[in-house]
Amino acid sequence: MSGDDTGAEALLEIRDLSVVFDGFRALDGVNLTLARGELRFLIGPNGAGKTTLIDVITGLTRPAGGSVRFGGKDLVGRKEHEIVRLGVGRTFQTSVVFEELTVVENLDLAASFRRPLWALAGRRRGVSEAVRAALATTGLEELAERPARVLSHGQRQWLEIGMLIAQRPSLLLLDEPVAGMSQDERARTGELLTEIAEDHTVIVVEHDMDFLRRYASQVTVLHEGRVLTEGSVDDVSADPRVQEVYLGRAREEATDAVG
Amino acid sequence: MEAFLNQLPIGLSIGAVLLLIALGLTFTFGQMGVINMAHGEFIMAGAYTAYLLQDWAGRQAVIVALPVAFVVAGLMGLALERAAIRHFYGRPLDTLLLTWGVSLVLQQLARDLFGAPNVQVQAPQWLQGGLGIMPYNRMFILALAVGSVVAVWAYMNRTGQGRRMQAVMQNRRLASTSGIDTGRVDMRTFFIGSGLAGIAGVALTLIGPVGPALGTYYIVDAFLVVVAGGLGQLRGAVIAAAGLGLLNSYAEFWTDASLAKVIVFAVIVAFLQFRPQGLFVVRSRALT
Amino acid sequence: MSTVVTSKDASVAPLPPGRPSWRARLQGPAVFTAVAVLALVVAPLVLEPFRLGLLAKYLVYAIVALGIGLAWGQGGMLVLGQGVFFGLGGYAMGMYLKLTEAQGGLPDFMVWSGVEELPALWAPFANPVFALAMAVVAPVVVAALLGALVFRQRVRGAYFAILTQALAAAFVILLVGQQGLTGGTNGLTNFFELFGQDLALDSTQRGLYFVVAVVLGLLYLGARQLVNSRFGRLLVAVRDGEDRVRFLGYNPATVKTVTFAISAGMAGLAGALFVPVVGIISPALLGVVPSLELVVAVAVGGRFALAGAVLGAVVMNYAKTVFSEELSSAWLYLQGALFILVMTLAPKGIIGLLRRRKEAAG
Repeated sequence: MSGDDTGAEALLEIRDLSVVFDGFRALDGVNLTLARGELRFLIGPNGAGKTTLIDVITGLTRPAGGSVRFGGKDLVGRKEHEIVRLGVGRTFQTSVVFEELTVVENLDLAASFRRPLWALAGRRRGVSEAVRAALATTGLEELAERPARVLSHGQRQWLEIGMLIAQRPSLLLLDEPVAGMSQDERARTGELLTEIAEDHTVIVVEHDMDFLRRYASQVTVLHEGRVLTEGSVDDVSADPRVQEVYLGRAREEATDAVG
Repeated sequence: MEAFLNQLPIGLSIGAVLLLIALGLTFTFGQMGVINMAHGEFIMAGAYTAYLLQDWAGRQAVIVALPVAFVVAGLMGLALERAAIRHFYGRPLDTLLLTWGVSLVLQQLARDLFGAPNVQVQAPQWLQGGLGIMPYNRMFILALAVGSVVAVWAYMNRTGQGRRMQAVMQNRRLASTSGIDTGRVDMRTFFIGSGLAGIAGVALTLIGPVGPALGTYYIVDAFLVVVAGGLGQLRGAVIAAAGLGLLNSYAEFWTDASLAKVIVFAVIVAFLQFRPQGLFVVRSRALT
Repeated sequence: MSTVVTSKDASVAPLPPGRPSWRARLQGPAVFTAVAVLALVVAPLVLEPFRLGLLAKYLVYAIVALGIGLAWGQGGMLVLGQGVFFGLGGYAMGMYLKLTEAQGGLPDFMVWSGVEELPALWAPFANPVFALAMAVVAPVVVAALLGALVFRQRVRGAYFAILTQALAAAFVILLVGQQGLTGGTNGLTNFFELFGQDLALDSTQRGLYFVVAVVLGLLYLGARQLVNSRFGRLLVAVRDGEDRVRFLGYNPATVKTVTFAISAGMAGLAGALFVPVVGIISPALLGVVPSLELVVAVAVGGRFALAGAVLGAVVMNYAKTVFSEELSSAWLYLQGALFILVMTLAPKGIIGLLRRRKEAAG
């Protein structure tokens, strides 16, 4: 299934979602529909509610109202691990890999989550197909037997993405995958992303405008907890409201920094 | 009915002592992420301070001992924090075990200095007798706890030092980059928290004998107050301490004394089913 | 990075780059065999019966320590109340022994405390199979119940540690208070025979020593297998990032509850073995302090390796015997000081120091 398959059914449907933190409305009536096979970028200034939206989808945060339907099932009220079992995977802004385990053990653990607990009592023999594929996709084969604590920041992010792929989710949520990366690492992550998007449905939260222009097709802009606009990269960049809240602010910040 | 009412001052005064002990624990745990098992020995130090002062102050020793015990226990806490604990911030389990070692040493020290048998501290004459069901000595303990809570509240909310303490408790890194000397704040918190344990020790001399293991009888219950009250929460500690004190004394009253602790434990576990982080929680988005 | 491979890394290595050498892979089994020969052949030959009995006691404690190593070292659950499970196992065994000796009558202490009829709780313990089963089942059930309730609510870390300690404190008070049921402060003692064997005989004690050593060895191998399995990797992952594990689709509460229950079962079995070896089970042996002492022993030995837990339990209890014989007050100072030193200077314990020396040498 390819990303521009416009006739695809909706995989994720978010309706009228709101989240309140101690009186502060972090999300305020958000609607979002994602077709199967789509690659969607989620942008917006700091505090727009991007990560909060991901937190709600994955069960980390309880919404005050609204619904999140995934493949026909309501996700609100389910526990984090149950949502993962339904096929939703995510990464975090600050990558969390298990430092004491090797790269291949990290991937294997991610790939084994559908086994019953008693079936985990055996030792791992060799490398499963899912893990091998994840190693190949992320290019971490050379480091497979090294403990994850020796990985660089970029390699950790790739390992996290690899762990996600190994789980074979139907929806991937990546929270700022290129934050803190070097130019080279960004380029490699972009390639990785394009590759993953070929056969997965993906939402990427991203701040980096260069990265966005290069790899995004469909973009949703969040602002102060609401969806400001949606569309192609070009449409969205041309939208004066987006320039106002997003680029305009960036310009202000730039002038502030200079002045 | 009268027996029922008689349990009230007992439960409340035990709750008051637990509160004095738990305040230090909850602040050091909340602010520095350390668990101090030697806190119980600061109670003991406070109690022995009152015992020693009898030579000089006679039956008024308890009153004289209050400020002295506060300073003695406070300095002990300060020394412990500077010498060992500050290297272990954010590692509650390691500090728990480390300070248990300290606690062992302090208990043995007390045994060697004061002897293993319990000693008595004579209460002032004016604390004997009572008003209705309320004995004066237990009223005094209650007043001590109320006074301490008011003082701690005023310190935290009405002084610059106290506000800095709250800032460090909520976000250490941010407080540090905002120019707060977190080391000094930690030292003050430790001093005050340990000092309150010393006062609790003096209070305990009014209702029982003093021995080297005095702290160990109260430290576990005081930790339960922290668990039930919520980390670093003054309100939570007050409510949880009163609740635990009353629950303890009424569980002993209605059932067998040996079942009381089991009942208290079961109630705490049941309570955690509804409020797993205690009565009051500081919300945070951080993934730990 | 040095090329030294610790035994932990010596698990399966399917891809070429990190494959440990055959020497490194044989090292673990070689050490295990050497220790087994030492324990099963050399020790019974060279130690006089009294010393062998003491060694049996240390090995019993090592079984508890193994469970602590599993729960705390691997799973990050600081268990401060293992005495409760040790006690449940010990009392189950003690009740059986008292009932066989009473031969249908009442155990001696019940007569002394004026109990006239055998309590219903006691009756089934006349059956040795039931008693032995309960020595393991009761601790497992209590731990599973407590674990399920608190881990489900994400109560963890220091909170969990404090709860286990409070449980130990409550359990002791309960045992002391229920004089007629438990023997109170004195506990259960005056045991004379086990399965028809006279417990006072050296040969019986020697046999018990072998049983304890073999049980410890088997449990060690089982625990090691578990640590090296996928479950073991998952347990370490839960220790280091419980919330992250949720987003891998696992429920950490289940992983922790299972591990906690296993460690409790080990403590229960140890308690059951302790009773015939030492001849008594009483509240003083299983309160807050004895529970903490074993945790300390595990820390001293090295909590991140199962062998460290076993080593620590034997070394610390041996030291306790030696020093309490010679200078009892100094032992408390020494224990406290030793512990402060280990926590500050060598948080990975003796095993950590050995490994560091080996890596420096390599």
